[in-house]
Amino acid sequence: MPLFWLVLIVLAIASAGYVLGRSRALASAGGDRSILHSLPSYYGANAALKSAVPAFLLMIAWLLAQPFFIDNQISGMIPEATIDESSSLGLVMAEVRRTAEGLDNAVAEGSMSEEFARNARADIVDITQRLKDAGQIVTSDITQPVMRAAQRYRVLSAAGGFYMTLVVLATAVAGALWGIREATAGFRARNVVEQGVLAILVAAASIAILTTIGIVLSLVFNTAEFFGLYPAFDFFTGLTWAPSFSGRGGSSELGIIPLLWGTFYISIVALAVAVPIGLFAAIYLAEYAGPKIRAIAKPLLEVLAGIPTIVYGLFALLTVGPLLVSVFGDDGLGVMQAGTAVMTAGLVMGIMLIPFVSSLSDDIINAVPQAMRDGSYGLGATKSETVKQVILPAALPGIVGAILLAASRAIGETMIVVLGAGAAARLSLNPFEAMTTVTAKIVSQLTGDADFASPEALVAFALGMTLFVVTLGLNIVALYIVRKYREQYD
Amino acid sequence: MNEMPHIDKAAEMTDSKISAKQVQVFYGDIHAIKDVDIEINPRSVTSFIGPSGCGKSTFLRCLNRMNDTIDVCRVEGTILIDSEDIYDPKVDPVQLRAKVGMVFQKPNPFPKSIYDNIAYGPRIHGLAANKTAMDEIVTSSLQRAGLWEEVKDRLSEPGTGLSGGQQQRLCIARAIAVNPEVILMDEPCSALDPIATAKVEELIDELRENFTIVIVTHSMQQAARVSQRTAFFHLGILVEEGPTQDIFTNPTDKRTQDYITGRFG
Repeated sequence: MPLFWLVLIVLAIASAGYVLGRSRALASAGGDRSILHSLPSYYGANAALKSAVPAFLLMIAWLLAQPFFIDNQISGMIPEATIDESSSLGLVMAEVRRTAEGLDNAVAEGSMSEEFARNARADIVDITQRLKDAGQIVTSDITQPVMRAAQRYRVLSAAGGFYMTLVVLATAVAGALWGIREATAGFRARNVVEQGVLAILVAAASIAILTTIGIVLSLVFNTAEFFGLYPAFDFFTGLTWAPSFSGRGGSSELGIIPLLWGTFYISIVALAVAVPIGLFAAIYLAEYAGPKIRAIAKPLLEVLAGIPTIVYGLFALLTVGPLLVSVFGDDGLGVMQAGTAVMTAGLVMGIMLIPFVSSLSDDIINAVPQAMRDGSYGLGATKSETVKQVILPAALPGIVGAILLAASRAIGETMIVVLGAGAAARLSLNPFEAMTTVTAKIVSQLTGDADFASPEALVAFALGMTLFVVTLGLNIVALYIVRKYREQYD
Repeated sequence: MNEMPHIDKAAEMTDSKISAKQVQVFYGDIHAIKDVDIEINPRSVTSFIGPSGCGKSTFLRCLNRMNDTIDVCRVEGTILIDSEDIYDPKVDPVQLRAKVGMVFQKPNPFPKSIYDNIAYGPRIHGLAANKTAMDEIVTSSLQRAGLWEEVKDRLSEPGTGLSGGQQQRLCIARAIAVNPEVILMDEPCSALDPIATAKVEELIDELRENFTIVIVTHSMQQAARVSQRTAFFHLGILVEEGPTQDIFTNPTDKRTQDYITGRFG
């Protein structure tokens, strides 16, 4: 049964549970709502929750576990010898799945009978041909073990699907019945539903946290693998970044210092653009602009934040780069060789960060109590004196937090530097030279035909991990400062 | 005590310090203050009393043009301070507020040191030529606000660390430091406990020697204790104004009588 139908049926059972639970509760009170502990809808909701939530949880768990189980069963069927030197068990398993899918589709189209697809003694060449005729993607010639495995795969997944349907439906019905049974006047349905809602909310929060942990773990494992192939000391202290894709590890020099330098240089240029402009814009919006101007200007400024970074990258590549070259290039001051440079990427990234700084600073400046302004105006201070001497000092910790958040955004930014900063890993002080960043190198190390077992590809995870630690540190400091500031006025 | 030169100037004035005629205040379309006429005597305490929302604070804020900082607020009529129309286009509201200081309902020290809180106004207006002069201003302001003994050893600590009553006296000291002639106080004791209130009231009574003080208060007892004249506001109208003694013992208007006897408000 397709998953979609199963979901619909479970929902239908839950709805039925709702209606029945509600009416049973009402009936138990003889139609008098005031006798009931809770509103009738709570009794219904209790039955619906008890039916749908465990059923769906079970379904998700089953769907996650089934592929592991089947893979385990099938992989035993593939003899070691049939795995080519160049491929791996994983690749063969992918072929098995593809073949099984092809068979499924062919049966569904009617170009192959179910019996034929299941027939273990069928001629492989014939089946391959038939699959190709049916328009199914079959990469190489299907070998006998792969065919067997694919057939076994089909059987197992069909059985799995069938049992899953049974178990899920049984759970849903049992839950609904349980909920309906409970629906009597004295039952505290309201409290139970409250608990259920709490459980759902906690589950949603845990999924977000667990995903983060999962991402970090995958980074950690791959990073550890990289450090097994390449010395960590050389990685963190190497002054040269020269990956070699032809050799196998030994001839590559993978020092992170030039990349970190490029990252920080571009981020500093970006912040040098974004912080003054963003802060002044925030001060104007928060202190000077009338409500009408504010209502228009603030959303307009925040539109900048909605522009995809790839568009900023194009802007850097096609507009800002050539513009800078025309001023600083050979025709002008002669310090800039090409459009891609630290300055190009930094300026454009700075523009991208303006709304970030201005929006956060605006909120923080607005959070400074009006009493502070009144106190200052009451002493005969002008607006700019008040801003400079009272509001900014009061808002400073929050603004610093905003700047740190913007900085961690700048460090993690990818598209603008890929397009605007160039690809040369270089340790230089000249902002008109091309440099590259950690993020840009992660992109270039993982795009293309990199072998995922080589240090040249795995280095991307170590780079990502380093970046993650740096931005996490910045974020923690920023949040700490912002929170400390917030306590001041609460 | 550091005698300020402006006191002699104020002493020459036999006339009223502040004179308001036909003052109207509008918040957008709402007519918040209607036809207020009042004369306020120099070097005395005048209190504004009345139920919440009667416009007494709004009128107070007209006297140093604090209402200018509210966009929708519009003031009509004339308010003269020392016979000068403060709503004249020639008058700079910022300069005016240095002359007419204000103390707010909730103590609002700046998140700066005690010293810098006091020095803020004098710095802006360039009242001190050097560090010694500034120290002198800070010391004398704190002394006149009766706070010197309590804070003299911790001038560099943040003003926000003081107790509520101390903070309010710090705000009064801050207002005194810029040498105002008039001090407006908008319910200065409403956030304070009785002991702190008593100290602030005592201070107000002392400041009367040198400043013209206008105080808005919810507490009729406070008005009776500290003020020489009292004005009763109701629904944006100045109902009755006169010597405090008369207002509380022998009000002429029925609404005043109802209010002070606790029949409404």
